[in-house]
Amino acid sequence: MRPARATLRGWGFAAPALLWTLVFFVLPFVVMGAMSLATLEGRTLIWGLHLDNYAKLAAKAYLWRAVLVSLEITLTVTVVSVVLAYPLAWIIAFRVPKRWQRLALMLTILPFWTSYVVRSYAWLLVLAREGVVNQTLIKLGLIAEPVTLANTRFATVTGFVHFFVMLLTLTIFANLVQLSPNYRRAAMDLGASAFQTFRHVILPLTLPGIVTGAFLTFVLCIGDYITPQILGGNNELTVPQVIMVQLGRRADFPLASALAIVLMGIVTLAYLACARWLRLDRI
Amino acid sequence: MNRLTTMALGSTCLLALAGAASAQEELNALVWCDHTDPALIEPFEKAHDVKVNLREYEGTGAALALLEQSRPGDWDVLVIDGIDVFRAVDAGILAPLPDEALPEADYFPEVVMKENNSRDGVTYAVTEKFGYNTISYNASKVDPADMQDLAKVWSDKYAGRITIYDYYLPVMGLAAMAQGIDTADITADSLDQIGAVLSDMKAKSASVAGVVASQTALATGEVDIVVGGGEWLTAVLAEEQPELTWTIPEQGAVRWTQSIGVLADSENKDLAVEFVKYIASPEGQARLATSSCFWGMPANAKAGDVLTDAQKAVLRWDEQPDYLARTQLYPAPDADLDAEMQDLWLETLQQ
Repeated sequence: MRPARATLRGWGFAAPALLWTLVFFVLPFVVMGAMSLATLEGRTLIWGLHLDNYAKLAAKAYLWRAVLVSLEITLTVTVVSVVLAYPLAWIIAFRVPKRWQRLALMLTILPFWTSYVVRSYAWLLVLAREGVVNQTLIKLGLIAEPVTLANTRFATVTGFVHFFVMLLTLTIFANLVQLSPNYRRAAMDLGASAFQTFRHVILPLTLPGIVTGAFLTFVLCIGDYITPQILGGNNELTVPQVIMVQLGRRADFPLASALAIVLMGIVTLAYLACARWLRLDRI
Repeated sequence: MNRLTTMALGSTCLLALAGAASAQEELNALVWCDHTDPALIEPFEKAHDVKVNLREYEGTGAALALLEQSRPGDWDVLVIDGIDVFRAVDAGILAPLPDEALPEADYFPEVVMKENNSRDGVTYAVTEKFGYNTISYNASKVDPADMQDLAKVWSDKYAGRITIYDYYLPVMGLAAMAQGIDTADITADSLDQIGAVLSDMKAKSASVAGVVASQTALATGEVDIVVGGGEWLTAVLAEEQPELTWTIPEQGAVRWTQSIGVLADSENKDLAVEFVKYIASPEGQARLATSSCFWGMPANAKAGDVLTDAQKAVLRWDEQPDYLARTQLYPAPDADLDAEMQDLWLETLQQ
């Protein structure tokens, strides 16, 4: 096949994906960017090239605090999820017999089968003052009075971690099972302890799987509205919650768009920070 | 009959059926969740042989944005916050309603609200339901006498046992009334005073929650008081948990209303007006008042003839004259004040 023809054919195959990306990502993104430069005068939308909404981000404490809260929650969730998911994926990959691995994986992702909203409300009931956790601790004599668990950042992080541990377990497991057992054997033969083998051989080789899962966790977590809204009790607001308030009554699409652009910026920075290890083909 | 004839007859029948199905009229309504109860909608559908398509929304801004992005004629009926009818009229999206079709003479006079629902003598919407944003509480956990004074409601005694309803207008209205400011008199100058009350309230609260979450919090014992609650929060729980109740304190409370109108671009205006007439009728009002989503008082007092005694007891029918006299419509700020109020609310939540 001639090179020009091959190139044309390649573009032909790529065209549907490119068109999809253009229509459902690039165009909405451009519109959102333009909207973030518009302003709301009274209740009238004024198009233009204004930076008022970005100036508000710096001037209004509740807006930049929302950015901080989002970052703090997202980073906590990402780290905790990785710490919990890695051993779980390890156990499934190397300790569970091959014939039981499918069942173990299925049990791990079982909570995915329930609705995200229902799962969040379920956590609210579990963590409530009269909920399972408090009542168990009281019956065990560990606490005398119920402690406040629901409607806190702890509740939000718990709800998120429950979800993202499942996701991370899958990405890390996919990475672990691709590793040849010869790497471990060779390290052992050369006198490495189990910890040294993990630290110097397994961990570096599985880093792409960890970073890929962590990046997905970061992206999904920082843009999530439902979990903090249901479990956080509005005691602090994340960026998606502030965006929703802007849209609900006042329809302040320009400010909401500016906030969404800031979120996009944060995600882009996160991507650049981990691009070196990111291997989305490992998912 | 050969195979070809059978197929031709079959396809003709199918086409005929499809034609019959498509011949049924459809009405598209943008509504609050209380209109999605089949017990409310089905009688109208049967009476008019029409399919009513309903879409729920939250927030007037979201509804107006949706209408702006829709094609003219996509929507026929709009349910809207009573204080926001003027925004829809300003946007030119509501059609005039024939006054003779509206039984406003049968309404509780305080909720006719001509000043909200009409402009220059033309009626654009009609009130369909009302209620109160006040204090809901668990009578077995708090002292009901304390609930008569707003200052005691968010006092140290109940710290950590309060949920605040997550909507800034009624809650700020309550905060204003606690400071002796009428909701109609709220200005930018009042916001410092209101902000101080909100901060105090927030410091004592466990959460700030929407309808479902605040209802869940009260029902599960997570909290004992909902500031901004009312009959809409506890009425559906009355049978199972009669200890969950509500009151209007000495300082008064805030009154909410919702209105219904026909969209100017509707291609089905006559049917849409019929729908509005049905909702405003005693039967429609009784069904709307006791909707499975949330209960509230019917604007039409004649609905009292249709509601059962038990339903009226839950709605506190006999106490309405007193409640109406002691409550104020919740704040209806202009765009600039609205923005300032929302900023203050978000600042309070982030504290």
